[in-house]
Amino acid sequence: MNPTPMLGVRDLVVAYGAIPALHGIDLFVQKGEIVTLIGANGAGKTTTLRTISGLLKPRRGAITYDGRDITGVKPHVITALGVSHVPEGRGIFANLTVADNLELGAYLRKDRVTDAEYERIFSLFPVLKERIKQNAGTLSGGEQQMLAISRALMSKPTVLLLDEPSLGLAPQLVQTIFRVIKEINAEGTTILLVEQNAHMALLTAHRGYVMETGRIVLTDDTKTLLASDRVKHAYLGG
Amino acid sequence: MQTLLQNLLNGIAVGAIYALIALGYTMVYGILKLINFAHGDVFMLGAFVGYYSGRWAAAHFGDQAGSGMSWVIFAGIMLLAMIACGLFGYFNETIAYRPLRSAPRIASLITAIGVSFFLEYGGQFTFGPDPKFFPTLIEKHLIHVGGITTTNYQMIVLVVAVAFMALLQYIVYGTKFGRAMRAVSFNYEIASLMGIPTDRIISMTFVLGSSLAAVAGILYGLSYPKIDPLMGIMPGLKAFIAAVLGGIGNVPGAVVGGLIIGIIESFVGGSRFSNFRDAIAFILLIGILLFRPSGLFGKYEAEKV
Repeated sequence: MNPTPMLGVRDLVVAYGAIPALHGIDLFVQKGEIVTLIGANGAGKTTTLRTISGLLKPRRGAITYDGRDITGVKPHVITALGVSHVPEGRGIFANLTVADNLELGAYLRKDRVTDAEYERIFSLFPVLKERIKQNAGTLSGGEQQMLAISRALMSKPTVLLLDEPSLGLAPQLVQTIFRVIKEINAEGTTILLVEQNAHMALLTAHRGYVMETGRIVLTDDTKTLLASDRVKHAYLGG
Repeated sequence: MQTLLQNLLNGIAVGAIYALIALGYTMVYGILKLINFAHGDVFMLGAFVGYYSGRWAAAHFGDQAGSGMSWVIFAGIMLLAMIACGLFGYFNETIAYRPLRSAPRIASLITAIGVSFFLEYGGQFTFGPDPKFFPTLIEKHLIHVGGITTTNYQMIVLVVAVAFMALLQYIVYGTKFGRAMRAVSFNYEIASLMGIPTDRIISMTFVLGSSLAAVAGILYGLSYPKIDPLMGIMPGLKAFIAAVLGGIGNVPGAVVGGLIIGIIESFVGGSRFSNFRDAIAFILLIGILLFRPSGLFGKYEAEKV
């Protein structure tokens, strides 16, 4: 293992009041990787992402970003460091236009968003071009997900945290989203992907972690995980 | 016809002051879902800053009323009141409300009432409970247009209020800060994921709202020169009703609500039901809550269970 991973989580313990959510999890993501976190509802996947991006404060443990301790740092500072989080349920600003949403993604940047960047977004998701002046609340679920990912890219993140990007989308759109995730990664963005769609996630990522009730129970490269009986039985319907 | 126009004009002039106060209520509600009941008293604070600085200016620059200098003094006093109230708003939020942000909403609401009492009775203690006469900063004269009578004061109120509303409109809908404000008001957690420093945006919203209340306080002092530490209660409540009428959280709604309350009040005041002048706003409030709780421009949100 490389001594300084892009993202490192060590012995993370998180609780909601008296209810524990994470019981000391360890994971890391190397630069340039797509790592996926799979598991059933309530396993603690979303909690893990929310703690990394600073929305939740851990009881114990440490989070490092490029070797730097970011445990307990405020979310807007973590975003400024280069970690962009696409939350579960997309979290678009429904009262603002698509363009405003994208501009907010670039909130921290001193430079203006160039036309070339917009073109890049539109080449990933052509439908957003037609919708650019519309209120984001009028978009379909799939379009909102595209907007949420595009918005996260506006800050030019080093690490992208994706929470259930395929949730509730039509199969064809799921394919599109995963293709784009690969493209974004190919351009150099490190990705931590939380998914319930274990099959697609394992086909897309390099390595994977399997979570059950607040613990990581299995980790390996995705090829091995796809072939593992335990994963097949529990998550791939095999 | 003339009485109609006269009442309309008077109503708009007082409504503009309500609207300026209502903007502060609605912005803070929009961003924190908090009714800042101390807001009417911030308006009072603005009037008193104007009172003391106006007297100081009169003592040091002599009687300038009528000269060009009086406008500079007027503007200076307004600026000073805005800064003082802005600072108060900032500390009010950071000291009193921020520590309670994750507490149940009722805790902040009670705190707001506490801050309100603090200002009202702190004001009586500091400024004295007796009414004071706001200094004549600018000489008053009457203007007759087509049978209706107005004063240069009413014109000043209208021009200044419209200018500040336009400025606010620009800030909220035309700047990066405004976009961040709207994002925080929609969902502060997601806004923070965009890299928006949500605490700073919330503080700045209080500063903005409080300085608009200061402007209202100065305009009120100019128009109705008797001021006292409890003067903020009634206009504060009416401005709150104006914000509810317009749809609380909705910026243009607050302006429209303020104007409507001012105009209705003026017509009631000019009718044989003039005793109900102050009551009409509350009758209106009951009506809104019964028939259209989301206000004129508010979106209806089903109660989430």
